[in-house]
Amino acid sequence: MSYRIEGREAAWEVVVGMEVHAQVISEAKLFSGAATAFGAPPNSQVSLVDAAFPGMLPVINRECVAQAVRTGLGLSAAINLVSRFDRKNYFYADLPAGYQISQYQLPIVGRGTLAIELADGSTKEIGITRLHLEQDAGKSLHDQHAEKSLIDLNRAGVALMEIVSEPDLRSPEEAGAYLRKLRTILRYLGTCDGNMEEGSLRADVNVSVRHPGEALRTRCEVKNVNSVRFVMQAVEAEARRQVAVWEEGGAVEQETRLFDPARGATRSMRSKEEAHDYRYFPDPDLVPLVLDEAWIEGLKSFLPELPDAKKARFMAEYGLSVYDASQLVAEAATADYFESLASGRRAKTVANLMLGDISAGLNQRGETFATTSTFTLSASGMILEMIEDQTINARIAKDVVDVMAETGESDARAVVARLGLRQVTDRAAIEAAVAEVLARESAKVAEYRAGKEKLFGFFVGQVMKAMGGKGNPALVNEMLKRKLS
Amino acid sequence: MNLTDFDLAGARRALGRREFSAREFALAHLAAIDALNPRLNAFITVTADQALAEADAADAALAKGEGGPLAGIPLAIKDIFCTADVRTTAGSRILEPFIPPYESTVTANLRRDGAVFLGKTNLDEFAMGSSTTSSAFGSTENPWKRRQNPEIRLVPGGSSGGSAAAVAARLALGATGTDTGGSIRQPASFCGIAGVKPTYGRCSRFGVVAFASSLDHPGPFGRSVEDCAILLGSMAGHDPRDSTSVDVPVPDYPAACGRSLRGLCIGVPREYRVQGMPGEIEEMWHAGEAWLREAGATILDVSLPHTKYGLATYYIVAPAEASSNLARYDGVRYGLRLPGESLIDLYERTRGEGFGAEVKRRILIGTYVLSAGYYDAYYLKAQKVRALILKDFTDAFEKVDALLAPTAPSAAFAEGDKTEDPVTMYLNDVFTVPADLAGVPAISVPAGLDADGLPLGLQVIGPPFGEAKIFTVAAALERAAGFTALPAIRAGKLAA
Repeated sequence: MSYRIEGREAAWEVVVGMEVHAQVISEAKLFSGAATAFGAPPNSQVSLVDAAFPGMLPVINRECVAQAVRTGLGLSAAINLVSRFDRKNYFYADLPAGYQISQYQLPIVGRGTLAIELADGSTKEIGITRLHLEQDAGKSLHDQHAEKSLIDLNRAGVALMEIVSEPDLRSPEEAGAYLRKLRTILRYLGTCDGNMEEGSLRADVNVSVRHPGEALRTRCEVKNVNSVRFVMQAVEAEARRQVAVWEEGGAVEQETRLFDPARGATRSMRSKEEAHDYRYFPDPDLVPLVLDEAWIEGLKSFLPELPDAKKARFMAEYGLSVYDASQLVAEAATADYFESLASGRRAKTVANLMLGDISAGLNQRGETFATTSTFTLSASGMILEMIEDQTINARIAKDVVDVMAETGESDARAVVARLGLRQVTDRAAIEAAVAEVLARESAKVAEYRAGKEKLFGFFVGQVMKAMGGKGNPALVNEMLKRKLS
Repeated sequence: MNLTDFDLAGARRALGRREFSAREFALAHLAAIDALNPRLNAFITVTADQALAEADAADAALAKGEGGPLAGIPLAIKDIFCTADVRTTAGSRILEPFIPPYESTVTANLRRDGAVFLGKTNLDEFAMGSSTTSSAFGSTENPWKRRQNPEIRLVPGGSSGGSAAAVAARLALGATGTDTGGSIRQPASFCGIAGVKPTYGRCSRFGVVAFASSLDHPGPFGRSVEDCAILLGSMAGHDPRDSTSVDVPVPDYPAACGRSLRGLCIGVPREYRVQGMPGEIEEMWHAGEAWLREAGATILDVSLPHTKYGLATYYIVAPAEASSNLARYDGVRYGLRLPGESLIDLYERTRGEGFGAEVKRRILIGTYVLSAGYYDAYYLKAQKVRALILKDFTDAFEKVDALLAPTAPSAAFAEGDKTEDPVTMYLNDVFTVPADLAGVPAISVPAGLDADGLPLGLQVIGPPFGEAKIFTVAAALERAAGFTALPAIRAGKLAA
């Protein structure tokens, strides 16, 4: 069902395009040798080039170029063999040179596509307009001193990829799915860590509304939205604002806006009239960037398997459902974890354990499949082995995972032994428990024998309870059936 | 013979033979600076202590029979080359307190070869000018005097006027300059010395305060073509820190100075015969043709049809780049800062006080030509014309080995003569600007005196990386011209 905002007379369609700034993973900055690690002391990662000292010149970092090309290839995009760097001129205290080196007319990557997955299991192709390389600015800190603003240039000159989409997104859900998918691909490629809290991935969202079938109406740009949830909220809030403007007989003005998560609304940042004239022109300190086709082919040959291909393979190779496969490939580390664990085991059992109990346990511990020291591959392997050899049943497996999530222990076998969670397969013990329950519940036994067969589940429950949940379910069933017949 | 009368080649031989020490040599030049700089104002900063320490190091090396090709050679450095721990102002108040912690590649190369730096020379503010009158540190006086009116203060040309005046007055044996629209060749011509603008990419721009990045060419001044060849050999070379630096081997330039002209074809560009050019410059140009013909070259009339658009193109491209390059002088990180009520106020006060009138004029022109709606009409069109000007040269060099032209349309003019109307001043660059736009190498060599007794230069322009060729041709002109005149003000002889 298409997303619509109900209007007074007709429904409104939302049109969204995204500009995502992704910080490139590289040791050094785009045009200088300074380091790029997050969280270093202020102004400790600043070269003379970054601080724009007189006579300093930019020299392109080959690795940043390679990362942009890898990303372009990951988005099935055209790689431009010749691209160029331009200067975007504006004055600000955290922009040392008074211009940002960016790519305006000739970006390094041209058109591509990205497939997003929607809640109903369908997929939609979103057009990528372009990807270009540019420098990040430093940071202005206005809240550290009573009278002064402080400047931290550690981020100044760090490489960014600006990835621009076509206005192909039609709902908050699609916008969220686009950003999530883009983040997944960037992480797979290792070209951006996708960490929105640290600002390594930032989204500008272009929103307009129209009646379905109409030409595009004026859009507004909502700048620097820093989470998937906020992107979805910002799209909805901005679309509703625009619908209200149009329906009240007004006209939406093209402007730059900011999303305030606390208020759940957007507010004006600057109007079109206040927009900067950036006076773009080719940076005369840099020569055109000319790429060698063989070099690009080399990068291509080392690209990892990307999420869409991996998902298809998981479904074909392991017989997983679309849902399970999509969940498992969302993070490369999760997919790798799955493949290690599923080797020689029943894939469905592995997927269920990972996406069910263990995911819940990881959430509780604030860990992920990539980082966990609790649910290590060997810990999960132990749990699966114990299920297979009937040491524990699925019910107990959940208890084991709960205990591990609570204590952080990673030796699943030790947990089972310590807490006596081992499943009882001793026929005599089960038989004794069955006999005890049937003797105690003689009235219900009579009802059952008289035909009230749904009481069978009651007897199973009572036996399991008598055995502290540790009875082997198959044996309990078998024994009960025999005694009751 | 006075120690300040040596040329570079001769001084190298004498130093090598230990006829005098590098310290004595440096002291002689420092004494000349002491005597004459108060009048000429060629130097903004004199680095006497550093010069003597470098001279002592050169002496130690020479004593061991070592020492680089410039061991003990005292040079003057245009104050636009960043020199580690030595104030570098670019002639601007905005950089008055600026002491760079780094060294430009060109000056580092000269140091590597043993050169002794006497100090930093005056220039038009940010190299924007043709007279060395727009410096925040006062104007530089040309050491040459008119025969009839020796009391009139003449300009040394610009923007590298301090370097040219220092070399002409024998305060330094050689000097560095930068040529963006003629800023080496025109002052060389006005001061009766030789000066080279090499091919774009031949000398690194790393550490050179930028005026117009695509046009800035570092290069040397010397009292002879050979001196320039020796200096350029040290300055040139590929530098990975400058993306526009070109990785082409540096040939033996001094060797090229002695080569024969036989078989060479020299073009004379007819478009350089501009209206109003003084007759004596025209005559000198003809004399130059005759000298080259006598030396074995053939002369060919050639056309550079887009020459007339050179100045207009230059005065769009150079200010456009400058407006962006000079944005970094904002009072935030280094140099002058005038406190303000707000960030904008800080910018306005710092830049308002820090920049002089000519710099402000060019920032405004540059900002205008890059503005939305004007970019295509000005900057983009200028770039297209620039490509045509380069094509003029490319076409010409398919027929000829080098071009011969006057360096400037006049001899040195009086201070204040052309400063009223900036356009009159800009016209002085008419013969030098095209080679900057095309990035091709060119040299100015003194060829004669005008009726007032002021030097006039001839210019030899070559194909890209054809520096050796222009040294060959210029050295032949130099031999034929037999230019021996000396400026009125020079070491050991202060004019009345």
